[in-house]
Amino acid sequence: MAIDLKASPAASRDLADLVRADRAHTSLYTDPAIFEQEMDRIFASCWVWVAHVSEVKEAGDYKSTYVGRQPVVVVRDRKQKIHVLLNRCRHRAATVCEEKKGRTNSFVCPYHGWSYGLDGSLRGVPHPESYGQCLDKGEYPLKSLRVEEYAGMVFATFREDIEPLADWLGPAKKWMDLFMKQGGGYPIRVAGEHRFRFPGNWKIQLENTTDGYHFPVVHKSFLSSVDEQTERMLDFVNGPGFVEDLGNGHSVMVMIPELVDLEENLDAPIPARFAELAEELRKEGHDEAKVRRIVRAVGGSGFNLNLFPNIACSMAFFRVLRPVSVNETEIHHAVITMDGGPTAANRARLRLHEHFQGPMGFGTPDDSEAWERVQKGAQAGTDLWILLNRGLPGERITEDGRASDVSAETGMRAAYQQWKKLMTA
Amino acid sequence: MNTQLLTEVSAFLWQEADMLDHRDYQDWLAQWTADGLYIVPIDPDVASGPADLADRLNYAYDDADMRAKRVARLTSGESVSTQPASRTVRSLSRFRILADDGATVTVRAAQHLREFRKETLRDYTADVTYELVRGADGFRLRGKIVRLVNSTDALHSIGYIL
Repeated sequence: MAIDLKASPAASRDLADLVRADRAHTSLYTDPAIFEQEMDRIFASCWVWVAHVSEVKEAGDYKSTYVGRQPVVVVRDRKQKIHVLLNRCRHRAATVCEEKKGRTNSFVCPYHGWSYGLDGSLRGVPHPESYGQCLDKGEYPLKSLRVEEYAGMVFATFREDIEPLADWLGPAKKWMDLFMKQGGGYPIRVAGEHRFRFPGNWKIQLENTTDGYHFPVVHKSFLSSVDEQTERMLDFVNGPGFVEDLGNGHSVMVMIPELVDLEENLDAPIPARFAELAEELRKEGHDEAKVRRIVRAVGGSGFNLNLFPNIACSMAFFRVLRPVSVNETEIHHAVITMDGGPTAANRARLRLHEHFQGPMGFGTPDDSEAWERVQKGAQAGTDLWILLNRGLPGERITEDGRASDVSAETGMRAAYQQWKKLMTA
Repeated sequence: MNTQLLTEVSAFLWQEADMLDHRDYQDWLAQWTADGLYIVPIDPDVASGPADLADRLNYAYDDADMRAKRVARLTSGESVSTQPASRTVRSLSRFRILADDGATVTVRAAQHLREFRKETLRDYTADVTYELVRGADGFRLRGKIVRLVNSTDALHSIGYIL
């Protein structure tokens, strides 16, 4: 087939043509016009993850982040309601918050001093006399997004007319519930994050969360750095795991089926790498049942849950993606700890996160390198396609959607079908 | 000011810097004490020490085992992000002795590092605090905390030892 390379595909042809059942067109990575449409039709039109509740635990706690490219502030007010507010003064547009995280009583614009309450309401305007009767403060709160949460995960949307969050998540909800069991009986807490950028399109990262196929290739150096038992556990590509399309672009990749439910199999032997931690917890006086529950939770869940378009519950951390431009993406890997849990267990989780994630981790840099090379390679053969047909022959219908083997590209197909639905709506 | 000590300390640290730029990693590993910690924090709080940082997320929090693993990874040829390896040149300056109790010297220095890999030249500027233990044959490293000035920003991969 011929692709018109002169004009942007977004302008010249039906976007629906760019995603097929088994492939996606290269322009989805490279066309700035498509990226602009994605910001509108995807990031401004569906539920976008903004925070975990632990990041805004107390009244006045806030976090500044983005919905698509739009800066927002996530803040808990005195009535414990979480607001997501556009980070833009209603007067002349300056941001009202520059800190990544903190606690405050109000947001004050640094330019002319307009001040806003935690719910976004405009409280004070310096020297109001000049406005006479022409400024009604009630008309100029910080612009507020619609906010809903599930399992401690907070999502926002610009749209009042889309389905409730719970419907959007659908069968993904039960996987979110399972993921939160890694609190080991404690509430889970986001305790920091690694941030990095790579020169590539956001969908390259989106795909990677349910890409089991790359693991033994890209992460060879990580696998060489763990003990044999762990290496065997992570040798899952020919194993009994699966990838399942959960609808609405969401998908789950189960790499280690015995670690799907962290509150089951508590009698199983404690892995060698956690023997020392278990001993430390016993010495602290925790009973054997609790020791086993905590230790099993420390290693994280045996699956990656990809929630379209920007968040994943990935084994033991949250993976957040933020599209910056058609060829630049920022990624946050937020570490999860047990809020109020044993120090030794939380240290183990921090060290495990540092081992794989971050710019000096043994895993992330290699992922990042592979994604850069995808973006670079996508400049060649701009009429070529990205293949997404792995695992198609083995795909079967399930109660929640469809599934195939653990290294199938079923999750990517799910995401691209959702992309097509939103982009052509 | 004890310029004799300053000379001894800077000679040792320049040697360490040279080992890292030239990837003499086995020599680098050998100059650590067994209980030494190599830490690259995210938290910009300069007052935080190894005990505080143990309970926070860092870029690296390496004991002897992790240091050996890090070196093994960087030299294994198994990691696509370190093939080709980055070339680095770092300079250390602004040495200041923070403490000296006879057995241990704590020193802070400024580090400017330039890295080139593939098509990109990058800068990493850091405050580095070292804990040096006096031994029969000179200093050994017991602590190194590398505080990048942009530690809270979104970084690119760092495929070498800071």
